[in-house]
Amino acid sequence: MKAGSRTSADRLARLLNLVPYLLARPGIEIAEAAGDLGVTERQLREDLELLWVCGLPGYGPGDLIDMAFDGDRVTITYDAGIDRPLRLTPDEALALAVALRMLAEAPGVANRDAVERALAKIEDAAGDLVAAPVEVRLPGDAGRVEQLRAAVEGGRALRITYYTLARDETTERVIDPLRMLLVGGRTYVEAWCRRAEAVRLFRADRIDAVTELDEPAVVPPQAHPQDLSEGVFRPAPDLPLITLRIGRGERWITEYYPCERVESDGEQWVVSLRVTDLSWARRFVLGLGPDVTVVAPAELAEQVRDAAVAALDAYATPVPPGADPAAATVRQ
Amino acid sequence: MVVWVGGPARVRVEDGAAASVYGVSRSRTERLVNLVICLLSTRRFLTAAQIAATVPGYEHDPDDAREHEAFQRKFERDKAELRELGVPLETGTASVFDVEPGYRIARREYALPDIPLKPDEAAAVGIAARLWQHAGLAAAASSGLAKLRAAGVDVDPQATLGLEPMVTVDPAFAPLTAAARDRREVRFDYRVPDRDAPDGRRLQPWGVVCWRGRWYVVGHDLDRDSTRCFRLSRVVGPVRVTGAAGGYQPPVGVDLISHVARWSGPVERAGRATVLVAPGRAAGLRRWAVEITAGSEADRLVLPYADACSLARHLVGYGPDVQVLDPPEVREAVIQRLKEIATRHEALAAAR
Repeated sequence: MKAGSRTSADRLARLLNLVPYLLARPGIEIAEAAGDLGVTERQLREDLELLWVCGLPGYGPGDLIDMAFDGDRVTITYDAGIDRPLRLTPDEALALAVALRMLAEAPGVANRDAVERALAKIEDAAGDLVAAPVEVRLPGDAGRVEQLRAAVEGGRALRITYYTLARDETTERVIDPLRMLLVGGRTYVEAWCRRAEAVRLFRADRIDAVTELDEPAVVPPQAHPQDLSEGVFRPAPDLPLITLRIGRGERWITEYYPCERVESDGEQWVVSLRVTDLSWARRFVLGLGPDVTVVAPAELAEQVRDAAVAALDAYATPVPPGADPAAATVRQ
Repeated sequence: MVVWVGGPARVRVEDGAAASVYGVSRSRTERLVNLVICLLSTRRFLTAAQIAATVPGYEHDPDDAREHEAFQRKFERDKAELRELGVPLETGTASVFDVEPGYRIARREYALPDIPLKPDEAAAVGIAARLWQHAGLAAAASSGLAKLRAAGVDVDPQATLGLEPMVTVDPAFAPLTAAARDRREVRFDYRVPDRDAPDGRRLQPWGVVCWRGRWYVVGHDLDRDSTRCFRLSRVVGPVRVTGAAGGYQPPVGVDLISHVARWSGPVERAGRATVLVAPGRAAGLRRWAVEITAGSEADRLVLPYADACSLARHLVGYGPDVQVLDPPEVREAVIQRLKEIATRHEALAAAR
């Protein structure tokens, strides 16, 4: 649809809503109504001017939409028959119903009962429109998320035990929470991390312990929620770039990780991706297995080879006495 | 008719030329509002000629062929715009003697039914409406919310539920949900990474499912003659609707989720593997160990697992930090993988 006709359709939709909206709120302040409807006061006044010359056939004084102004307040005194908004379109019903189902399914969400009641009423009003079969299931550890949410809502700084996959380490850190999010089926706490001195996303299933501190959470003014519309991991261009030659069975990598380049070399694909940490890349490549070869950097290829050789050496040598704690226990 | 238009210049303009700050003809919007009011107020079907004689903005000389044609084009555009907006425009004839079709809007079809939302329910709808990260659905959600507000529902903009899902969908979501709703056959190209080129699929979609943050369509695959699910992120290019509405009937009481979850559902970890881990290393393994015995040279971990092969894959990632003791099948798989990896990387590392 052309931009012009979209604007025109938007305005018509807004005007058809405006009369019932005002009818339901006699004497509302124009500024409040404008804020509520997401338009400027000037736009709202223009809309009212336009409605004022519309009405029933005959278009005489008793037929036109009429309104009374009292200072900055307005009351509809005659609605010319548009006293109800237009019913929901299929797209509107679907967009609201699916979002409500997402909310209802989100593990650990507060007031799920209200969400479910709202969903039932919207579905009831929209009738067949939401018969569009869209089902949502977001499995997750609701108990853990609920506990975290309660801690975040408590408004205190939190000490967490957190597992960082990129470095394969578990650390203690103090965070000042900003919000809790569910992105791509996973729950996150977005917070100011005092250790990193930056805003970080913490995956709920990697937070192993939480303690509420006595001090309140204080989010520094420079801390802003991140834009996550493009996904949780947006690789920065200054991160190390690794290039791998992968076999057919490992092509799933291109669906799971944002790849900068994917080239087909017959059966084999050559993929380049940015990684936060080379030690993560080493574990990643080792874990992928024999159908993957590091092309670059050579440093990574060397690390992968060295790790594999060292591990093989260990398997070649019998476990030294005392190395296995369980075996040691038995001997005593 | 003369209208006044605001704006810095405050120009007086004649009907038909009026332009507002929106860059759209104000008289056109006015004409459409009047058309809606007129058709809502009539019980009889009104013909185009009757509408032209009634609603301001359609004035013309019906005997002048050019003027009449211009009116018809205008009226067609206006009807299309009303239908686009979802206004249920009915056509029919006022009596058996009428030849020309007439128009009206049935109030009960037009009006949003009463939705008695309590404040906490209205707040939930308000939150839901802002979850969409997809522009088209975000617009649909907020225009839907605007209608609820117009029906008198007050929505607290400050309300939160402590946790906000960010709802993202693939481009194939909108056409596939519409096709499933209307029960229309579709065709699309589908790319599975381990195949070299996308291939064409013909599907009778039953519904769309979000499972663990990913979207799938479930339906009857016409070429394979069986139930299949497809990941929406793998649909390449447009979804083409090929069948008529109501072209098939999905099975009664079909559980869409079960079709997706069967392929990618959770697994039970019944197996137990014993490994030695270097002190302070392999934090990731320690987190899911069911038993840890600390030692002076190494710690002993018991790990639950479902599939020996994928456990081996995972353990190889830790290199020399982890040594598998038991079961032998995992130990052998790890050693075999390590050998192959070492061989493959020998030449490249040596060339450095």
